[in-house]
Amino acid sequence: MFRIVRKETLSEKIKLIEIEAPLIARKAKAGQFVILRLHEKGERIPLTLHKWDPEKGTITLVFQEVGKTTTELGTYEAGDVLADVVGPLGKPTEIERYGKVIVVGGGVGVAIAYAVAKAMKKAGNHVTSIIGFRSKDLVMLEDDMREVSHELIVCTDDGSYGRKGFVTEALKDLLDERRYDLVFAVGPVIMMKFVSKITAEHGVKTIVSLNPIMVDGTGMCGACRVTVGGEVKFACVDGPDFDGHQVDYDELMRRLSMYVEEEKLALERYLRNREVNA
Amino acid sequence: MKVGDRVPVPEQSPEERIKNFNEVALGYTAELAMEEAKRCLKCPRPFCVEGCPVHIKIPEFIKLIAEGDFVGAYKKIMEDDLLPAITGRVCPQEEQCEGKCVLTKIGKPINIGKLERFVADYVRENNLEEIPKVPEWNGKKVAIIGSGPTGLTAAGDLVRMGYKVTIFEALHELGGVLIYGIPEFRLPKAVVRYEIDKLKQMGVEFKTNVVVGKTVTIDELLEEYDAVYIGTGAGTPNLLRIPGINLNNIYSANEFLTRVNLMKAFKFPEYDTPVKKGKKAAIIGGGNVAMDAARTALRLGYEVIVLYRRTYEYMTAREEEIIHAIDEGVKFEFLVSPIEFLGDENGNVKGVKLIRNELGEPDASGRRRPVPIPGSEFVVEADLVVIAIGQKPNKILYQELPDLKVNRWGGIIVDERQRTSMRGVFAGGDAVRGEATVILAMGDGREAAKAIDEYIRTGKWPEQVCS
Repeated sequence: MFRIVRKETLSEKIKLIEIEAPLIARKAKAGQFVILRLHEKGERIPLTLHKWDPEKGTITLVFQEVGKTTTELGTYEAGDVLADVVGPLGKPTEIERYGKVIVVGGGVGVAIAYAVAKAMKKAGNHVTSIIGFRSKDLVMLEDDMREVSHELIVCTDDGSYGRKGFVTEALKDLLDERRYDLVFAVGPVIMMKFVSKITAEHGVKTIVSLNPIMVDGTGMCGACRVTVGGEVKFACVDGPDFDGHQVDYDELMRRLSMYVEEEKLALERYLRNREVNA
Repeated sequence: MKVGDRVPVPEQSPEERIKNFNEVALGYTAELAMEEAKRCLKCPRPFCVEGCPVHIKIPEFIKLIAEGDFVGAYKKIMEDDLLPAITGRVCPQEEQCEGKCVLTKIGKPINIGKLERFVADYVRENNLEEIPKVPEWNGKKVAIIGSGPTGLTAAGDLVRMGYKVTIFEALHELGGVLIYGIPEFRLPKAVVRYEIDKLKQMGVEFKTNVVVGKTVTIDELLEEYDAVYIGTGAGTPNLLRIPGINLNNIYSANEFLTRVNLMKAFKFPEYDTPVKKGKKAAIIGGGNVAMDAARTALRLGYEVIVLYRRTYEYMTAREEEIIHAIDEGVKFEFLVSPIEFLGDENGNVKGVKLIRNELGEPDASGRRRPVPIPGSEFVVEADLVVIAIGQKPNKILYQELPDLKVNRWGGIIVDERQRTSMRGVFAGGDAVRGEATVILAMGDGREAAKAIDEYIRTGKWPEQVCS
């Protein structure tokens, strides 16, 4: 059993939970993920780590309520337990002393960008972070990001906070201005696709963190297969980080939508039952 | 009834069973089992025992059944096989014990598998099992990685030798391939859980949600345990390298069966894990896993066709499973190889492009190689494809473990005592053999338990296990 020790609401649909998982906390590295299952009837979903504390024996996850499982997880409070949490899975992000690094995070992906920016800064890199949200009320983890970055640019699509526009525009301005050694991006697939397009034009090495559908998360099923550089890879064991210039993003988006109808059905059924029970 | 005729095994009718996931073969009753047992000719030199990889004393247990001493028969089997309810169901008896039975010369061999299963079920269902006495702890500890058949067998033997045994399992449920892979209609989960509960009562400790290689490393285990046994199976699916492989609704057999068996996707949305429901399923492969996938798809409501590159005679699936599949309405297309998957405008698979084969010269396995016939391409419609062309060992365990020697397809290299290239580390089952059988995995577990005991007692380890 994995007990939730802390829960926070970061924005309307985005929540943070800190979970007792001492074995995972001891081993975790930036860019790795866990697979969790809420209860006996639950599905296994992957969530990339936001923070971990080996001394306290806890890991912290940030998730967006999208489907049935994440919406149900959103109702869990401190003291509640999750049936299963397994990890840390996947290869850690390759942290080296690259020089000048840009970390790009979009939406809920900012939680993962935090872990990577922190590790990059610690490794002696100069870290510029760009984080993007749709509007001011969705901005989250700004202070945390500022702490692990030398520079921080906050963007909102509608201009209600920080710089107006997409993260890609801010990224382009930075790259036009001077040379950077590495870009790391995590967020919506479409964002990672366009970040990679811009960095390819500028010839900057780019790492993206992918989030495909998974079941076991240990290389057994292949639900998470992605095409990278024309080859089929399993994101759970070969990734989740890949060379951003080699990923087939359109295929990834298509595969992520495989269960759209089932997800809708499950969510509606869950919300209906919750209403009846309330 | 003639001497050569078997006592038939009651089964769910095909019409009934394709609507449920319950076990197909209902098994013998006590009367039927005794009747079948009486067919045994009590050969002075029993070939059946030679055919059994773990040399179960078959004529002796059959004699006890004929006499009505079912508990005695159970104990007799348990001398050589700790999991008879499982092996009685999943062993390829027609190639092993039953294949050697002298009665095959005049008719059908004794139904050894179903008799084995009967005594195990009889003892379990009537609560007649005495949990074996476990000696006092000898102060030594063994870690086992993987809770499949080889790990369970090794654990059962080691705990009875006085060791403290801990089994680490990556998934949330125990049983390995017996749980995620083999469907309920062939091996009820309750049977597996019963065996695991028995080990728990004997003091074996189980830890789920631990991926050795990630959550803990083998080196860390060696600090705490006196020996480690790797029984991680062959869990990585082989996929076809042909265009369209990543179209939606193309599953590896592992994914398809895991969703349905382990995650209970057939009960979606009561259970949260979905599996695609559609009209026409194409299953690629000719082994037991392909039959499991085909019959699972059938139960989800699909019309099912199995596509196999050789002919019926070369299928590696058990005969009983092929017959069950045919009876249930699974169709077969032989001598075909997929060359491309075709998708619709949304990227969902809509068909498999195949090429016809003829059989050529025998290959390394002695089976005649399929040779494509140019110009014979055609398309089979399918909105679900399951690829069941084999699995190989999962490398997650030793991705960062250069000291552990593996062969070119990832199988762990061991000597005749299941010893690996790392001192104190043993391995067996499919992690070593690639895809083999439950009974061979259990045999390895038993051999490993003996070798582990000897190593811990003597501290002796060969200079070099394997070059």
